[in-house]
Amino acid sequence: MAETTYSAEDFAPAPALASVQGISRPSLSYWQDAWLRLKANRRALYSLYIVIALLAFTLVGPVVWNIDPALQDLQQISQAPQADRNATIIEPYKPWDGADAPMVARLRLAEPPTTQAVRLVWGALPGAAGYRLYRNIFPVGEERAYGLPLFETLDPAKHHFEDRLDLRPQTYFYSVVALDGQGRLTDAFETVEAEVRRVITVEEAEAMGLAEAGQALAPGDRIKLQAHPLGTDYLGRDMLARLMAGARVSLFIGLVAPLIFIAFGVAYGAAAGFFGGWMDQALMRFSDFVVALPFLLFMILIRVISGVQPGESGVAPMVLAMVLLSWPATARLVRGQILQIREEGYISASQLLGAGAPYLVLRHMIPNTLGVILVTLTFAVPTAIFTEAFLSFIGMGVAPPTASWGSMCNEGIKTMLTHPHELIFPALFISITVLAFNLLGDGLRDALDARMRSRE
Amino acid sequence: MTTKAISSTSLAIRQLGLFAFAAVAGLAALMWGLNLLANLTASASGANSAVDAASNAITVLISSEPPQLDSSLSTDQVSGMVLGHVMEGLLRYDENNELAPGVAESWRINADSAVFRLRENALWSDGKPVTAQDFVFAWRLALAPDNASQYAFILYPVKNAEAINQGTQPPEALGARALDDRTLEIEFERPIAFFDKLTAFSTYYPVRQDFYESTDGTYGADADKLLYNGPFVIASWVHGQSLDMRRNPLYWNQGRIHLDRINAGYITSDPNTSLNLFKDDKIVLTGLTPENLTSALEQRWQIHRFMDGSLFFLELNHRPDRLTSNLNLRKALYLAQDPNELVYKVIKLPGYLPGVSLFPSFLDGPHGRFRDDHPPPAHRIDVAAARRHLALAQAELGLDEFPSLVLLTGDNTVSNVQSEYFQAVFKKNLGLDIKIDRQIFKQRLAKMTSGEFDIVMAGWGPDYDDPLTFGDLFASWNLNNRGRYSNPAYDEQVRIAQNALDAEVRMAAFANMQRIIHEDVVIIPSYDRGVAYVTHPRLQGVRRRVVGADPDYSNAYIVPEA
Amino acid sequence: MLRYAFKRLMQGIITVFFIATATFFGMHSVPGDPLANDKAMTEKIRANLEVKYGLDKPLLSQYGIYMGNLLRGDFGISYTQENRRVNDIIREHFPVSATLGILAIAFAGLGGVLWGALTALYRNRLPDLVIMLLVILGISVPSFVFAALGQLLLVNLNDQFGFSLLPVAGWGTVAHMLAPSLVLGLGTMAYLTRLMRSSMLEIINADFIRTAKSKGLPATRIFTHHQLRNAILPVITVLGPSIAAITTGGFVVEMLFAIPGLGRYFVQAVQQLDYTVIMGTTVFYGAFLVFMVIVVDLLYGLIDPRVRLE
Repeated sequence: MAETTYSAEDFAPAPALASVQGISRPSLSYWQDAWLRLKANRRALYSLYIVIALLAFTLVGPVVWNIDPALQDLQQISQAPQADRNATIIEPYKPWDGADAPMVARLRLAEPPTTQAVRLVWGALPGAAGYRLYRNIFPVGEERAYGLPLFETLDPAKHHFEDRLDLRPQTYFYSVVALDGQGRLTDAFETVEAEVRRVITVEEAEAMGLAEAGQALAPGDRIKLQAHPLGTDYLGRDMLARLMAGARVSLFIGLVAPLIFIAFGVAYGAAAGFFGGWMDQALMRFSDFVVALPFLLFMILIRVISGVQPGESGVAPMVLAMVLLSWPATARLVRGQILQIREEGYISASQLLGAGAPYLVLRHMIPNTLGVILVTLTFAVPTAIFTEAFLSFIGMGVAPPTASWGSMCNEGIKTMLTHPHELIFPALFISITVLAFNLLGDGLRDALDARMRSRE
Repeated sequence: MTTKAISSTSLAIRQLGLFAFAAVAGLAALMWGLNLLANLTASASGANSAVDAASNAITVLISSEPPQLDSSLSTDQVSGMVLGHVMEGLLRYDENNELAPGVAESWRINADSAVFRLRENALWSDGKPVTAQDFVFAWRLALAPDNASQYAFILYPVKNAEAINQGTQPPEALGARALDDRTLEIEFERPIAFFDKLTAFSTYYPVRQDFYESTDGTYGADADKLLYNGPFVIASWVHGQSLDMRRNPLYWNQGRIHLDRINAGYITSDPNTSLNLFKDDKIVLTGLTPENLTSALEQRWQIHRFMDGSLFFLELNHRPDRLTSNLNLRKALYLAQDPNELVYKVIKLPGYLPGVSLFPSFLDGPHGRFRDDHPPPAHRIDVAAARRHLALAQAELGLDEFPSLVLLTGDNTVSNVQSEYFQAVFKKNLGLDIKIDRQIFKQRLAKMTSGEFDIVMAGWGPDYDDPLTFGDLFASWNLNNRGRYSNPAYDEQVRIAQNALDAEVRMAAFANMQRIIHEDVVIIPSYDRGVAYVTHPRLQGVRRRVVGADPDYSNAYIVPEA
Repeated sequence: MLRYAFKRLMQGIITVFFIATATFFGMHSVPGDPLANDKAMTEKIRANLEVKYGLDKPLLSQYGIYMGNLLRGDFGISYTQENRRVNDIIREHFPVSATLGILAIAFAGLGGVLWGALTALYRNRLPDLVIMLLVILGISVPSFVFAALGQLLLVNLNDQFGFSLLPVAGWGTVAHMLAPSLVLGLGTMAYLTRLMRSSMLEIINADFIRTAKSKGLPATRIFTHHQLRNAILPVITVLGPSIAAITTGGFVVEMLFAIPGLGRYFVQAVQQLDYTVIMGTTVFYGAFLVFMVIVVDLLYGLIDPRVRLE
């Protein structure tokens, strides 16, 4: 066993070393910590990428896909994405007087059918006092469904008709049915099939800028029509360009209005909940008052007061109105939460330690209501987008032809069955936006919530 | 720790399951309770299929609640449709849209007066006879200045009617007198060529004084607040939900009614709901929109079309302080657009006709259609000529640059699409900026009246079956002339058409109006509106009418199942 | 408690008075002519109409007259639904909207609590993700799309089965209510689901839960007595105003399903500038909303003893 001997020096104070007092890792503020944990949350990170992509779509998109969103391509109305774009150049439309068409025995096409016009001539049907002409997308079957009635005459001598109604490059089945003296349908009818070719005149092609520089187009030439990657809407406007233009309006209103009114609602609700007593009573009665005001009426009023002229975009008054009229729901919610939190032990503890009111509210109360606030925020986004659409519809929003996702949805719903792309694309963008902000909200909440640390 | 957490989670989930079970049970109980409540408050709709041969009944949809069933005040189409089934005037339109005797069994119309002889068996639904006094009372009611009836003007051909309506003559001065219970004598204010057609209009329907007064200001507000003299009576009316019309056993002409019941069981203006209800065999008729035409084709339905007689147009503002008071600018606008493109590419519904004239195609002259005798001027889009006129206008107005024009429109889908179309057309062809001023109904009307627009998208439906209903629209004194067009030459033609009795003279006047409208570009016609619709295959005899009840089911009948 | 309720009711009446006043003057400052119609009218007739509706008097005396009538419970006569009293319109159509609304709220409330609790328990696992995606779909697609799709589905189902499974539209039986109330409650359900999830998550790790666990309370009791009861508070806060909004504001759903509710009068009245109907519906809605808020606040005190009512 070795002997240990201690000298007096051994009990002298050690020299002060700076490195011992220091913390080995850099100190993190609350927000830095939150940011780190947000970065660690994979879903929140992805949602951040989506948000960046949406912003790029809105800001950079129009530069890359440089098409006027208000330009109407009437050759391609309600065109689905990836539709065939081939067209033949044709002479400009000339009115047709079928009277000099030769008398024929049966219903037939007077000229090759094109999207410009389908010209039909027919011969006398037995016992006909008149004719009605129909067009269908199926052959006439057992049930004698002739289709769309296009034309009717009680003059048995009339034997020609020109169809120009919404002709699309597809196969139609035309039927001419004989009418009796009272204009009722008889059993005598004839059918002809027409395979309609897509055509465009030189003038129209040039107006759309389809001709290459120096290229002289002549009837008979084949060209490709303007490309529309996501199809076109009910006036032949490019969906992609409109979605990009619409993103600007919808994202602005969908993000700015909710952010402002929720911020205001939080402050208001926190004040009411924190101070309590007569302050709370007075503040909450005022919020009841605001909720009960008829939204549409005061929306109109605010617009009138802000002096928006016809045809001008009233985005600012619209945001103002949304903010002025929408905050009470958030205020109520936050106040309820604050009332609950006010009684928590840690608040008393903090108060004992000398925390002032602003510190208590900002550091303890609001972060603890963050979950609820973020849910409200994410729900306020689509609500604001659709409120904008409704207001624009009654002339209280953005001026036409400005596009917005909400109003594109409103228009798309009508053609939901025949041209689903007009509804699906804008709805998809709204959904993606909401999804991104939902995930981001979730991530933020987890990151900001101090209690969540214990779980990791 | 982890296992513990999971086990407590699974327990909690079992709890949630219990909660869910309780929730479903609670919901079922709630629904049962609500069902009891609902049965107490209202009669259920949709119990019947569209056509019920056993009880000889049909179910129809109306687009809105009839807002006014007091015939002296009624203005709208739905009220007109209901009134046309439950009331009858002196004359009526029959199944071939020809004038036929109604309450009057005979009549004589002279240059300055008319006498109607009422039938003995025309009865009110309480069994009392319809008398000449009932007509006199109804007309005085419509003309009473306090009632402010919008259709009072349609009675103006009767002597002193306008003065009474303006409050300068007492109601007793009206030139309509009951000589006895069954003889009605009418003095005219001035000669009129189409008085017989007017008597079929709803403002001319009779109202019985003692009943009207007994309702104390609520005449027509409920099923029992109205007295009927038409082929049907309203048996029950649940506001906003259903309006049940039953055969009137006291109606004089039982031979022309076949149905026992017309139940307006659904009230909505949504076209897709209407189509779905038709598909589900709940209603006998539905209109079609361009968007659901394809589904109608796929169902293999027999599609009908009909022109409802309304003309739609761009009305230009002729007030001197507006740019559109310049003729060359108006000509430029007119030449730069093509109604064919609008109808064939944008509207896309069969039945619409590209607009060419102030006078829609249905109007008749003495030898058939007015248009056949007096073809409207041809219109062809001509961008080069349009630009020339625009340049002239610019020089005349002394403008360096054209300011934007305001296009006033309403808040419905149709005007949204069309206004955006016009905006693009004028931009493309003329380089003109159009500002679309979309307004809700009452604000649009206020702006139309005060003239705060350059162009307004407007429409006009016929009140009676004579070209004058369109022709006098642009008379300088007509308040519905919202663009304040004023031209003595045009006014002169309107006066001729109003006062002349000779058909040829009147038609010539209308032809002149048509020419002036075209030359002066008073309006830019867009289209004659059409309607595409489908009816139940077992229901025959439904009439669509330009004037009067539309659709008219009063002569309809159910065919036996094939 | 009773004194508190009484005090709140008094405050409520004052709130409704202010709502009525603001709406009255707001309504009269909106441009547009409530008397105008498709057919233009002469000055003379206009003047008569103004007398009929009392619009010829100065605005302040119109206000005095209206408030006097309001005190007597008389909302006046509609401008557009002529000869109908606004009282009758509310009396006839509010029960319909309320029935629909109660069912919608029941769907939304029960569904929201259930799904919300479930997603919180399965946090970040598959059920949570699936429900969240559905919720996002539920809020980012507007209710009229669901209404249209639901109706289409019903038509096709009825067509497939050959008999009427559920009515496509109309009103009168519970069968008529199912589809529209589901559609009407969908948005609120989605909202409540997320709200419930969020507040559930706050609670799960709260100190008192840990205390309860360490005390050895059974998990089921912790769940029902501590977690659910605490987490449900924000849901109730939102529910109060939602009930008022849903029972009166189902305009689109009422239109699409041909339901004779009050909702359509709210929107149409403003578009038509029907002064009496705007006032009647707003005052009625305001009173109803204020009442629901009072009920919610009272409930608060019952559910959470920490919230003192005084």
